[in-house]
Amino acid sequence: MIGRLTEGVPRRVLLLLAALLALAVAAPQFAGDYLLTVLILMLYFAYTGLAWNIMMGFAGQLSLGHALYVGLGAYTAAALYVHFGVGAWIGLLAAAPIAGLAGAFIGFLAFRFRVAGVYFAILTIAFDEFARVGFDHLTWTGASAGLFLPVKQYAHNDLWHLRGHPAMFYYILLAAIVLAVVFSRALLQSRIGYFWLAIREDEEAARASGIDTFRYKMLAVVISAAMTSFAGVIYAFYYNNLFPEQVFGITHSIEIILAPIVGGVGTLFGPILGTVVIEGVAEGMRTLLGWLGFDVPGTKQLFFGVVLLFIMVAMPDGVWPWLKRRLGYWAGKP
Amino acid sequence: MPLSLYLNVAIGGILTGLVYGLMALGLSVIFGVVRVVNFAHGEMMTIAMYLAITLFAAFHLDPLVMLVPIAAVMFAFGYLLQAGMINRFITRPEHSQFLLLIAVAIIIANVLLIAFGPDAQNVQVAYAFDSYAIGPLIIDATKLYAGLTAIVVAAGLFSFFRYTAVGTAIRACADNHTGALVVGLNVNRLYALTFGLGAACVGAAGTILLLLFDVTPAAGPSYTLLAFVIVITGGLGSMPGALLGGVLIGLTEAMAGLLFTPSAKTMFAFALLVLVLLFRPQGILGKRAA
Repeated sequence: MIGRLTEGVPRRVLLLLAALLALAVAAPQFAGDYLLTVLILMLYFAYTGLAWNIMMGFAGQLSLGHALYVGLGAYTAAALYVHFGVGAWIGLLAAAPIAGLAGAFIGFLAFRFRVAGVYFAILTIAFDEFARVGFDHLTWTGASAGLFLPVKQYAHNDLWHLRGHPAMFYYILLAAIVLAVVFSRALLQSRIGYFWLAIREDEEAARASGIDTFRYKMLAVVISAAMTSFAGVIYAFYYNNLFPEQVFGITHSIEIILAPIVGGVGTLFGPILGTVVIEGVAEGMRTLLGWLGFDVPGTKQLFFGVVLLFIMVAMPDGVWPWLKRRLGYWAGKP
Repeated sequence: MPLSLYLNVAIGGILTGLVYGLMALGLSVIFGVVRVVNFAHGEMMTIAMYLAITLFAAFHLDPLVMLVPIAAVMFAFGYLLQAGMINRFITRPEHSQFLLLIAVAIIIANVLLIAFGPDAQNVQVAYAFDSYAIGPLIIDATKLYAGLTAIVVAAGLFSFFRYTAVGTAIRACADNHTGALVVGLNVNRLYALTFGLGAACVGAAGTILLLLFDVTPAAGPSYTLLAFVIVITGGLGSMPGALLGGVLIGLTEAMAGLLFTPSAKTMFAFALLVLVLLFRPQGILGKRAA
């Protein structure tokens, strides 16, 4: 199994990955409180990026409403915890199927009725917005006033109830990313992965060669949605407050797709590198502007937009493929 | 509730919907020809709205008069955006185009935020509270003027595409990109013209809409979404479809606001979109691409 996963990856890349992982494991020991929150945000978007990538990067189905699955995961787990005292991990057992079902519902409607391309992308936004307005009016989960998880000072980290120090969330997310990368790699090397790539490259040809495209597209949506819902559970228990506007908002959906697109769609390392670039740029801007003494609201986001524009124009495939070419390493596809 | 109340709300919704339709027409024209979904559409509309506010503060011109210069400015903006940047992205994958326009949208929203601050602004015209009474019906003057102006602008655009040589050339590009290249049309320039026209359309719509709504720098995304909903309902790439979609969405929102709660009105618009996508994915008046 391990042998297959690392097949075709040069030894120096494996060593580099191991070194990066060691660095990531050690980071919270050296990071201050602020840096730790930034790192957690990075890991969060790296994870959601990896989950989104399965649907878009592998199977070629563009979802612009992935905040829907985050929101469903977050609200399911949080509501179970607030109303019935159900722990986060049991909550996940409910959240993942619910998000998966929502994905299946959207996929079923879209793929059965041959809604594809731009239309599919906008359908995903529509369902996300539909959920946002719906949760805005659902009093059981606090409607637009927000859903709050009880917060206390915790003496120790309670992994079972996901209550504790931010570092705990950091390690949970890091573990989730490692699992997601391994899982994605395993999928890519399986029959399913090859079918997905075939569908992504040319759906008609894939169907003509006997692939049940409907089934495999559904599989991609359901897996991606269920994976994304885990990020929602972490979101709920880390922030302890949920507002439909923030969780389901189109801005959140866009934030989710930024990292994998900037990093490189369809690559395993792209979403991770993308989030490092994005958060790095955002934090760098903040520090630089703070240092220059600019504090007009919007300046940071303005520069962020300009950098994003530059990246899109200069590196159309994303940063990771560009970097790989620079490093003279193009064979294989991690 | 008396019937006349429903009728009044319905007429108000239809008139507002015509302006929505004009906004969506811009998106539809751009998508129909350039095949790029303009993710910065709502932000382009907010530019126009702020231009109108600035001009109104300086000269006290009626927004409906300022519509012409503002549409011209927006035309130039759209032309330059397409010629300078988007033309290079025509052959790139959709997600790449989306992100490019999202970057443009982020830049616009934050330039407006820096220039005008986060508070909602509007213009106060002399006829803001006038209304016309026709039998039991009461129609707001602002909504009536807004709706009628939207029809005039849309009619102008229809005639341009129908009767002028440039309009015909643009339609040729939309019908057959390769064919247009073969007969020697300068496709990149026509694309830039089209994007400019789409931007002028949304600029006109923004100026008119200022009679009805406030504007904030953050208002862009919700207008973008609204425009998506409308063009898909009406048929992406179909010009009459965009207007029809606008009217339907305006009507749906108005009735939902009356019968349920105004804050839930977008949910009904999205529900309509989902129904249309499922049963007629090409939109009500759209033609299915092969």
